[in-house]
Amino acid sequence: MSRVLPQPLVSLMILALWIAIAPSPSLGQVVLGSVVALAIPWFTHPFWPDPPRLLRPGVAALLFLRVIWDIVVANVEVARLVLGPADRLHPVFIELPLEIDDPFVATILASIITLTPGTLSVDIDRARRVLLVHALDVADVPATIDTIKRRYEAPLKEIFGC
Amino acid sequence: MLIEIVASVLVLLGGAFTLVGSIGLVRLPDFFTRLHAPTKAATLGVGGIVAAGLVQSAAAGTMGLRELAIALFLFITAPVSAHLLSKAVLRHRDPPGS
Repeated sequence: MSRVLPQPLVSLMILALWIAIAPSPSLGQVVLGSVVALAIPWFTHPFWPDPPRLLRPGVAALLFLRVIWDIVVANVEVARLVLGPADRLHPVFIELPLEIDDPFVATILASIITLTPGTLSVDIDRARRVLLVHALDVADVPATIDTIKRRYEAPLKEIFGC
Repeated sequence: MLIEIVASVLVLLGGAFTLVGSIGLVRLPDFFTRLHAPTKAATLGVGGIVAAGLVQSAAAGTMGLRELAIALFLFITAPVSAHLLSKAVLRHRDPPGS
């Protein structure tokens, strides 16, 4: 963590992305990308929590594939609900007790919840450690909480060891 | 020929999911249920079109890094924008359940 490079990994990722998107890789693009890669972390690092260490990359890869699959399922499911009779929906707010303390990991969990079947993260109550989730069509609230905890929160805890 | 067919099917699938997302915006009854449709449909809708681009660039012998970058940005920004929208609404309304 130096002054010039507050987040070397983030800088490297931005540079790689810049070159990947550039119309043709040239020295000019590398220079321009480097400037952006240095500037963005410099401006944004006060907003970043300390990201925890990735302890189990294998579990992370499995979770990634599971989330991709769930996004596809979520879309088919939401399409069915949207095109079906709207008065049969059971939208509810769910308070999900969080076991994860780390803000970075909690953000990942909230994003996964938003992208996957019928649920949407609305708010994080850090004081009470509760994640407010809106569900499009849920009859059994405890079962939904249990599924989220088992499917996403447990692997995240294992991956980051928190 | 096969590649064109696969890419076309992916584009059509992506378009169909985007359409469903828009229909959801019209049909669903309130703000929070409406939020579900575009956040999900947008990811797989654009995802399908990006996948078509990937198939095409793979056939052309390039890596398709640009398509992957689009997908990455989308997966990061969709939850964040949904979260900001719902947070803004919560601030201006009574808390749910009251």
